[in-house]
This record gives sequence, structure tokens and C-alpha cells, in this order.
Amino acid sequence: MNSEKLNVNLPGLQLKNPVMPASGCFSFGQEFSKFYDLSKLGAVMIKAATHEERTGNPTPRVAETASGMLNAIGLQNPGVDHIIEHELKYLESYDVPVIANVAGTTIDDYVIVADKISQAPNVHALELNISCPNVKAGGIQFGTNPQTARQLTAAVKAVSDVPVYVKLSPNVTDIVAMAKSIAEVADGITMINTLVGMKLDTNGKPIIANHTGGLSGPAIKPVSLNMIYQVRQHLSDIPIIGMGGISKAADIIDYISAGADAVAVGTMNFTDPYICPSLIEALDNEVSEMDHIHDIKGRAYKSLQGEWV
Amino acid sequence: MKNLMKVASQEEIADHIYEMVLEGELPERMDTPGQFVHVRVDDSTEHVLRRPISIADIDKASSQFTIVYRVEGEGTRKIAKLKTGDTLDILSPLGNGYPLEQNDEVLIVGGGIGVPPLYELSKRLNQMGVTTTHVLGFNSKKDVFYEERFKSLGRTYIATSDGSYGTEGFVTDIIRKLNDPFDCFYACGPKVMLKVLSETMEEGGYISLEERFGCGFGVCYACVCEKTDGNYVKLCTEGPVFKKGEILL
Repeated sequence: MNSEKLNVNLPGLQLKNPVMPASGCFSFGQEFSKFYDLSKLGAVMIKAATHEERTGNPTPRVAETASGMLNAIGLQNPGVDHIIEHELKYLESYDVPVIANVAGTTIDDYVIVADKISQAPNVHALELNISCPNVKAGGIQFGTNPQTARQLTAAVKAVSDVPVYVKLSPNVTDIVAMAKSIAEVADGITMINTLVGMKLDTNGKPIIANHTGGLSGPAIKPVSLNMIYQVRQHLSDIPIIGMGGISKAADIIDYISAGADAVAVGTMNFTDPYICPSLIEALDNEVSEMDHIHDIKGRAYKSLQGEWV
Repeated sequence: MKNLMKVASQEEIADHIYEMVLEGELPERMDTPGQFVHVRVDDSTEHVLRRPISIADIDKASSQFTIVYRVEGEGTRKIAKLKTGDTLDILSPLGNGYPLEQNDEVLIVGGGIGVPPLYELSKRLNQMGVTTTHVLGFNSKKDVFYEERFKSLGRTYIATSDGSYGTEGFVTDIIRKLNDPFDCFYACGPKVMLKVLSETMEEGGYISLEERFGCGFGVCYACVCEKTDGNYVKLCTEGPVFKKGEILL
């Protein structure tokens, strides 16, 4: 067992391993508990909570693309109060820290949700969703302007009882400027959210009812890897949880090599519901020659700087 | 829930319609007709979404079950190439099927690729002593399948929209002429067919819906539909079978 080699401590989060399901791909965990013991996970990133219940977008909401998929769910969720009373309560029976994804259409919305959900006993950190491409108001609006993003993060930080991570959108021209601005106030960064994409049917019409959707899955891994690699070189201390197309243990090694501290698995939870515990097991072998998984953290750029031997 | 099943046989039984018999431990846990399996195309990551396919026939004695599907895109094209002895990664059984009610006379209505789950349903109803009448609709003669199988279970009528086989027209054209009293109806097929049936059938009934699925087990919220009471339900876990009038069509 190399279990200690996989322990990762981040603000608010003592992770027994650096693997967690990504928000939106795990609902609130109940369904996955039929497949495996959720306590095996490093953490759980729950589906976005908004102030009021949201019914989401019209269907079709998903479409498969080459090595990936598009989704435009539209943040369907039962609202923060229901989530605290039911979904988070359910997760209390597992020994796993929860990262609560917070979404909204106005700064006030985010503040209300963050204030409430950060008080739940098993919520150890927040993930600010300023990068959802599938809602008309809010979401990505906050995630494409560095000043607005920082302002929102500061407002949430002021009311949150737990550390605040911000989920970055790849749909920006300068990811480093974005990360730098947010890092001034945030406790950590999660990256990346989905890339805006489209799929047409044989008649030339968009398949997704929302016309565009967020692209996820193995197809986006190179994009995410590069963005983390860029951000890490400018921000050596900010905790980064990396995500985008992870399907095997070697992908996790890549993400840590690019500079991530921990990783989240998204789309592949649909393909193989057992993917997270399988990866955690496989990771054990990957670290057999290391003292700790972070031995290789950032080696992708360090090697270029001559710091890696 | 996840199982590797062995392909016992596969053949094209109508235009682009494939019947595959699978063997393994799964049939043991399959109980209700109308449930579905979620099939992974292959073990690469090229196709990240599984394909939901309804269960057409369950044979617990020989540890086999049958799926019938239409080759539509690249994923199903790959599944159609599987040979006897190949394995398939399957999540199952998923969803809620048709309730097996002890009636005297029921009507079973299928449209196109909605026909397969009705075969296991009819088989089970007949085992219970229920008399079943089947009305199946297809686009054209080349699309017709399972006619003989249904005939062995009860009266069976075929409609084709181009008139190349059976009665020209839609399933509703046949039903209108039947003039028989039924206790209940069961249907699976295109949404428009289910809508017309729900509006015209005086009897109560059960319909099975179709939507693009993501996960198939309730976490991704892709396959929602609106109920007549204004609430939203997930087709994969709360359906795909619903009572007539329950869903806004």
C-alpha cells in the first residue's frame, strides 16, 4: 500500500488521495453509492447549487462527439436549501469531504448560496462556478472578465466559512491573466470547465436544444493540460485541482506533472461508473517508485528550466 | 450492475435492424419487461456515452437475453460488427419497466424500433393468461421485424406508412377499426405515436419514452421530461415507462 504517498493537503481539504469526481458528473453521490463506497474518494464535488430550484434547459441536452460529449443541462438542481437538507445530509454517512459547487445569476445569488452551503458540516470547500457556458445569465459572464471574477470571488470569500476555489473557464483569451486576478483573493483554482462547442445533425441543425453545449471528455485533455502548465508557471503556490478528460492513471500523472495538486474526473463517470475507485487503485502502482505523488508535480515545466533531473 | 456479456449470436433481421443474443449472469437479475441495458461501444475512449437499448427477450434458463437495435451512427455500427464469442460491457438492468397487470384483454402498440421491448412484455402477459392484441407500425416493408414472434402470442396487425406491407397508414388507423374493448394498452414508439394514442385511447395505459441519455443511471440530468403536473422527471431512472397522461407529450 502506498496510501500515504497519495495523501494531499489543500486549504480546507485533507484528501486521502488526489482523485475526486467533478461537479455535474456525479449528481450528489447517491446513485454512485450503489456502485461503490464513496469513502474511497479523495473528495466529492457535488452538482451546482443555486439559490432557487432550476429546471434546466430543454432537451436534447447531450450529444456525443469524437472522444467527448457536449452537454447543456442548464444547472438543473433542487435549490440550495433542499441540497443542504437532503443531498448533503445523505453524504454525511460517508467519510469524504464535500466541495460544494456554487452557481448563480447575480453576485447576490452567489453570496446567498455560499453563505448557506458553507455552513453545512461536511462541506469543506466551495467551488465557484463562474464558467458554466450553458446558462443565459451569470455563469460564464463572471468567468471571462478578470476584474468581475475577482470581485465576485471576494464577495463570496467574505461570507464563506470554508476555503473558496474558483472554477476557470477555458473560453478566454488569456487564462494566466484570469488565474492571476482570481488568485489574489481565492484559496485555490479548479480548471478547466467545458469548452463551448456544437454538433449538427444530418440536416445541418444543432442537435443540442440550446444549440451550443460544453465539450468535455478525453478530447479536451490537451487543452486543460496546457492551461494548467501555463498557470502553474506564473502562480507557484496556488492550489490547483485539474480536470478535463481523465480516463486512466497515466492522465492523472500528466496533470500532476503539469502542475496540478489534485484531479477531478468528469465525463468518464458516465462511461464507466467505477472509474474513480479504479483510478485510485491504479494510481497506487504509479507512485510505487516515488516518496509522494507530488514528487513529480510541475516536472513538465521544471524540466525545461533545468530544475528537473 | 456492470457486466461483461458474451455475444451468443447476432444477425440483421430488417433494414439496419440487428438482433443480438447475449449470454452471462445478467438475465438472472432481469425482471420487468421494458427495462433497458446501457451498452459501452468498446473499451476505447472514442465513444464516451453508452447506448441505451431495450431488452426484447429474457431467457433465464439459458442465461441469455436479446436486444434489438437500429444502426444509426458510428457507435451502433461498431456494435453491429461484433461476432459470436466477443464481449460487450453492459450496465443493467436499468429503468422502470411495464407493470404486469392481471387483465383479460390488452392492446400492445409498437412503432419502429419501439417494438422490441413489447415482445418480452407480451410473452410475460401471455404467461399470466392475458389475451394480447398487437398492432405494429413500420415505415416500409424492409423495416418490418418480429411479426412471426408476435403472431405466436396473439392477433397481430402490421401497418406501414408507405403501404408496402400490411395495412397502409399508421397504427392508429388499424386500432380505429378494431372496435374491441381492451382493459388497458401498452405502447412504445415515436413520441408522436404515443401522443396520438394517449389522446385517442379511452382505456388507461402505459407508454415507454425515448430521449438522448447521458449516464443512464440518474446523475447527468440529460434525459429529463416534463410531467403534466409541471415537475420534471429523469427518463432513465423514473421511466422510461410512464402511465398515460403522466408526461407532457
